[in-house]
Amino acid sequence: MGLTKNSVGTNAIDSEFIINKQNQKDKIIALAGNPNVGKSTVFNGLTGMKQHTGNWPGKTVTGAWGYCNTDKNNYILVDIPGTYSLIANSAEEEVARNFICFGGSDAVIVVCDSTCLERNLNLVLQIMEISDNVIVCANLMDEANRKNIKIDLKKLSERLGVPVISTVAREKKSIAKLINTVDKSMMKLQKEKIKITYPQIIEKAIETLMPYVEKISQNKINSRWLCIKMLDMDNSLAKELEKFLGINLYDNKELIATIEKVKEEIYQAGISEVDIKNIIVTSIVQKAEEICKGVVFYDTKSKSQYDRKADRLFTGKYTAFPIMIIFLAFIFWLTIVGANYPSQILSEFLFGIEDKLTEFFIAHDSPKWLHGILVLGVYRVVAWVVSVMLPPMAMFFPLFTLLEDVGYLPRIAYNLDKPFKKCTACGKQSLTMCMGFGCNAAGVIGCRIIDTERERLLAILTNNFVPCNGRFPTLISIITMFFLGSVTGIWSSLSSACLLTAVIVLGVFTTFMITKLLSKTLLKGRPSTFILEMPPYRRPQVAKVITRSIFDRTLFVLARAVVVAAPAGAIIWIMANINIDGQSILNVCASFLEPLGNIMGLDGIILMAFILGFPANEIVIPIMIMAYTAQGNLVDMQSAAELKALLLQNGWTHTTAICTMLFSIMHWPCSTTILTIKKETNSNKWTFLAAIIPTITGIVCCVIVNFISKIFI
Amino acid sequence: MQDIRKLSEINVGEKVIVCKINSSEKISRRLYDIGIIKGTVIECVGRSPLKDPSAYLVRGAVIALRSEDSENIIVRKASDE
Repeated sequence: MGLTKNSVGTNAIDSEFIINKQNQKDKIIALAGNPNVGKSTVFNGLTGMKQHTGNWPGKTVTGAWGYCNTDKNNYILVDIPGTYSLIANSAEEEVARNFICFGGSDAVIVVCDSTCLERNLNLVLQIMEISDNVIVCANLMDEANRKNIKIDLKKLSERLGVPVISTVAREKKSIAKLINTVDKSMMKLQKEKIKITYPQIIEKAIETLMPYVEKISQNKINSRWLCIKMLDMDNSLAKELEKFLGINLYDNKELIATIEKVKEEIYQAGISEVDIKNIIVTSIVQKAEEICKGVVFYDTKSKSQYDRKADRLFTGKYTAFPIMIIFLAFIFWLTIVGANYPSQILSEFLFGIEDKLTEFFIAHDSPKWLHGILVLGVYRVVAWVVSVMLPPMAMFFPLFTLLEDVGYLPRIAYNLDKPFKKCTACGKQSLTMCMGFGCNAAGVIGCRIIDTERERLLAILTNNFVPCNGRFPTLISIITMFFLGSVTGIWSSLSSACLLTAVIVLGVFTTFMITKLLSKTLLKGRPSTFILEMPPYRRPQVAKVITRSIFDRTLFVLARAVVVAAPAGAIIWIMANINIDGQSILNVCASFLEPLGNIMGLDGIILMAFILGFPANEIVIPIMIMAYTAQGNLVDMQSAAELKALLLQNGWTHTTAICTMLFSIMHWPCSTTILTIKKETNSNKWTFLAAIIPTITGIVCCVIVNFISKIFI
Repeated sequence: MQDIRKLSEINVGEKVIVCKINSSEKISRRLYDIGIIKGTVIECVGRSPLKDPSAYLVRGAVIALRSEDSENIIVRKASDE
């Protein structure tokens, strides 16, 4: 759940980088690497920015950039999504490749995971084929040391012909060393770079193509690399080349003819088109293997014993699912318990201010409507949003981030892959589902980690079934009010955590059902591959996690909610106080929605609250309360008991409570999420479906629950 | 040559060497990316609670693969050094 200004803000959604050079002399440095090697940490270290980091592959799905200045140069650092190769299998790999090829970077820092350097070298070598200035950063050196992996950095640097620096990105010292090397690399050309030699037949082809390719590459792109790519051209690359060089390759008859001739020669040797690609790719992997011999030393005995043990527990046959549920319930329990007290204090404080404000307005003889709109409308709803939302968010975000930081999320994907496969979906959907707990819009963007379009759409369309942070407070307050009347003390919070977990599990279950339904109807297809790297468990950076998640996520989400809540408060007050034919607009609307509400076990006001809550789900309950109180039952809303009394007065029953919770997890996504879906799918049809599917599901579920309860109660 | 098997058939804790990859082109490429080519040593380190996917140790990293994908990877037993 990479929920920060960078990932949810407007600049995140575009996959193309737009970089502002402050000065023509500014150098652009690209930061590349495999997924989950600590690239974002290096980036933050270099730029001092607060890009969110997490321990799972695919964290950075959108590029971020920042400045870093030294005595010698001013750098613009670009954080590229993590990729295993530049062959562009998925959308994010394409972004990475395009930037390295065409982004005009002055140098590329390739961040590597020292615990599996050999695999990482594959990408290093591919980048070295394209870029003239490469710096290898062997990161996570502390983890490698812990696993008794020894790396001869000097030898590695000699063999590669580029600087290699070992880093522990969390430490300032490492970052200083890295930036120092970047400074040095700006002064001299890398001449002794290692070259990948391909089997002779390919080398011959490269030689033949070279003169033609050199003509079109205009020194803007490495010609040798382009020659290899000519043998293995894909449409997306051809398009990018056209954009970059201003030359349509397919128009160049001479070149095309030569390529055909060269390929024909290779086929004659008994090598098929697919084989050409395989030979090219495996040559690089073999080269990496060769380089590592005598450079990287493993201690085979002690290797990752600790991780294997933890995995046996977290992904064990009997322990995996209970532990998952317990973790979830425990997080909710801490959230509920921890949020309860601050929530009360906040609301007492904020409503105390409301009284002061009222006195102020009266003292200044301001008109009644002004006081109504500003204090009873805007201020009251904002106060509600802050006191109801802030404490649970401030608890939940850091707790969840800790789980993410440790590396538990990929294990969830691993455990839940089989059910997703049964629904012909991708196991990575559980990762995007988890992101949805933070914010559905972030979850939808996160779906980029899924490779195939069909599976990505499945994940996008069903993301809304897990309640985001804006909906937790709604669920928590309803559970506390209606289902825990007689229980007190620790049991009360424990059982509400269990109930909340049950609601979430229901949401997850619905996700499976709808995914399955969709894959049988609109999105038919076979499950594709699932290749997921399970990173080592890491010690979480507790202090960092807490400050980051509060400042970056909590306050950001809260600010968004407040911005939305303020005008909504004013609208509600106006609607409640302007009369048409003796009835307030609020009443007119509510009674219009009443029949539908009644069938669903809700009422007109609740439905209206959900509709008005479209900009942000956080304001649903505050709107309900505003609407109920505006109807004349003025109560001082400061405790759960008083709130419950208000709801009961307005005809709430247990059925109403259940249906409201159901509708809360199954209705249209909030406006931000809808906009994000539109941008991500680039289709009105899918956006419409993403809104209508959960809504219909919710209506059907509510009607059924209402119907059953009418029979039995 | 009785010890030639599919990767999906090996037990947890077993160590094997890749002989051949029969996957489709696209999947093969993904496998190459993570370092699985002919001759790579792979160790099965676990199975997920619902039996599929399984976790494999490849070049120092743990990778989860579904049985549909691992059954196209033909392997032979690695002699323990």
